[in-house]
Amino acid sequence: MKIVVCVKHVPDATAQRRFDADHTVDRAGVDGLLSELDEYAVEEALQIAAAHDGEVVVLTVGPDQAADAARKSLQMGADSAVHVVDEQLHGSDAIATSLVLAEAVRKIGDYDIVVCGMASTDGAMGVVPAMLAERLGVPQVTFAAEVSVDSGSVTARRDADLATETIEASMPLVLSVTDQINEPRYPSFKGIMGAKKKPVQTWSLADLGVDADQVGLAAAWSVVHSVAARPPRSQGVVVTDDGAGGRQLADYLAEQKFI
Amino acid sequence: MSEILVLVDHADGAVRKTTTELLTIARSLGEPSAVFVGAGIDAARETLVAYGADTIYLLDSADLTDYLVVPQAEALAQLVDRAAPAAVLVPSTPEAREVAARVAVKTGSGLITDAVDVRAGADGGPVTTQSVFAGGYTVEASVTRGTPIIVVKPNSVTPEQSPGAGVEETVEVAVSEAARSARVVKREPRTKSGRPELTEAAIVVSGGRGTGGDFSDVEALADALGAAVGASRAAVDSGWYPHSYQVGQTGKTVSPQLYVASGISGAIQHRAGMQTAKTIVAVNKDAEAPIFELVDFGVVGDLKQVLPQATEEIIKRKG
Ligand SMILES: Cc1cc2nc3c(=O)[nH]c(=O)nc-3n(C[C@H](O)[C@H](O)[C@H](O)COP(=O)(O)OP(=O)(O)OC[C@H]3O[C@@H](n4cnc5c(N)ncnc54)[C@H](O)[C@@H]3O)c2cc1C
Ligand SMILES: Nc1ncnc2c1ncn2[C@@H]1O[C@H](COP(=O)(O)O)[C@@H](O)[C@H]1O
Repeated sequence: MKIVVCVKHVPDATAQRRFDADHTVDRAGVDGLLSELDEYAVEEALQIAAAHDGEVVVLTVGPDQAADAARKSLQMGADSAVHVVDEQLHGSDAIATSLVLAEAVRKIGDYDIVVCGMASTDGAMGVVPAMLAERLGVPQVTFAAEVSVDSGSVTARRDADLATETIEASMPLVLSVTDQINEPRYPSFKGIMGAKKKPVQTWSLADLGVDADQVGLAAAWSVVHSVAARPPRSQGVVVTDDGAGGRQLADYLAEQKFI
Repeated sequence: MSEILVLVDHADGAVRKTTTELLTIARSLGEPSAVFVGAGIDAARETLVAYGADTIYLLDSADLTDYLVVPQAEALAQLVDRAAPAAVLVPSTPEAREVAARVAVKTGSGLITDAVDVRAGADGGPVTTQSVFAGGYTVEASVTRGTPIIVVKPNSVTPEQSPGAGVEETVEVAVSEAARSARVVKREPRTKSGRPELTEAAIVVSGGRGTGGDFSDVEALADALGAAVGASRAAVDSGWYPHSYQVGQTGKTVSPQLYVASGISGAIQHRAGMQTAKTIVAVNKDAEAPIFELVDFGVVGDLKQVLPQATEEIIKRKG
């Protein structure tokens, strides 16, 4: 079984994230890492592969630094990696990213499952897996909190708003997983050493046959006019409970007309 | 005036509040048309018309509910091609987001997610305000290609009534074989708590690891305030409260009038789900907890003392 897992390199959420002058996310000036939500995708891919004698190919689209996300996935245990990197990709929106991912998945070929995270921790759109399935023309099983893989089909549990749903689809398919699904492993020392010898391929847009005018900032189907840091909330009153904290809280809520 | 499609969010015809918000926004952009998928229109009609639906498109076929996302996306894309609306507004549920994503790809249209405001720009087309990076930034954007597909967060506007014409039209949907590829084989409805729905509630009282697993003080305060109950991921991961109540990056985003965080430290992933609340109150025994950076009012203290006292006082005042 061949599993492709899509991972994104993102700015660290606990750092001061910011935007560049062209309103794109600053990916160079802020420390980046493998999107934490994609660790669950890598872990699930590794578990499925272990149970079904499979191989795991990591796929990332992003600038030079994105190679770190691929490397961490290899350290966790993936077998090989593909990094799509091209100057022209700068500023791509989800629509363009899904196009590039789809072409890369096709080029990797012969896949049974493409595993994604539920959302990236920077854009947090949670739409790329659905777009990817749309473009590949294969079933989507998304926001899975539990997955079982059988010969040729996948069954998943998802905790939707109004109900818990069980979904069934046949392979090949696109799967996205939530942070409820597993406990991602830490790379072991052996994993870290072993990753150095694993194959990493670097592909350009030309390698994928994607026209440069279909991607990047200029080709985005939406435009950002302005970006503003949200004014920090000014801290209000903080009292220390000396036995009347609850009454003080009630006073405040009454003042603000919540009672 | 141009037509604005609104994808209705409902449970068997019970229209959710977000839909009335989207209809209110749609009226400021053009003529709202409600797109109603599934059964239950008899229960939904009155609300849709009251909030301004001039047209109600009825899409009812088992395919649309037996299979997730894909048939809905096909049907909505067909409707977009036919009606040529000026924009499509979609609620911010995971499923509707994915429908929006696929409609964007199918119709060659730009997609904007996490909008907290939508208004008519200089050319009449919609301009959005989005909240990004865990609410740390706001971004103004618009769509430059195709039909603007906009996913709008709950509580973005106050819904206002203004009756629409409510002309109904049944739309025949042609769903492809390929769309029937991921079947829902089982649906177990969630047990209702009897409290307001988390994302719609005007007040949310949340508990974290600091509850030590006992949510009774949190629930009692919530009930005194008529509030919904929320939980941090630490509380959910410990099995103290169901996942559907989790607030934050990988849970629900709430934007209530009042958010009360008790025994919650205020990690960035939690803030991502509640930072846009109008008023924030915290109870935490650690004066250094980051949640206090956000608060309008905070109590440094043990929630096991503070919450019951506040609850008792509130009940007393309400008489
Ligand atoms: C990818 C990712 C996604 C995540 N998504 C989410 C998410 O959606 N939602 C979310 O909440 N978290 C999320 N997290 C986890 C987040 O980083 C924090 O770990 C989590 O929010 C901590 O929960 P907490 O505040 O309840 O626990 P803690 O951080 O342990 O804080 C407990 C607080 O309770 C206080 N306390 C203890 N006892 C008492 C008492 N008796 N009275 C008063 N105060 C007391 C302590 O002082 C402390 O400040 C995510 C993390 C990652 C990596
Ligand atoms: N640039 C990228 N490279 C590889 N995978 C990506 C990329 N962007 C998004 N993904 C995948 O799509 C998922 C959802 O991303 P998003 O729709 O941006 O929130 C992520 O968790 C990844 O699995």
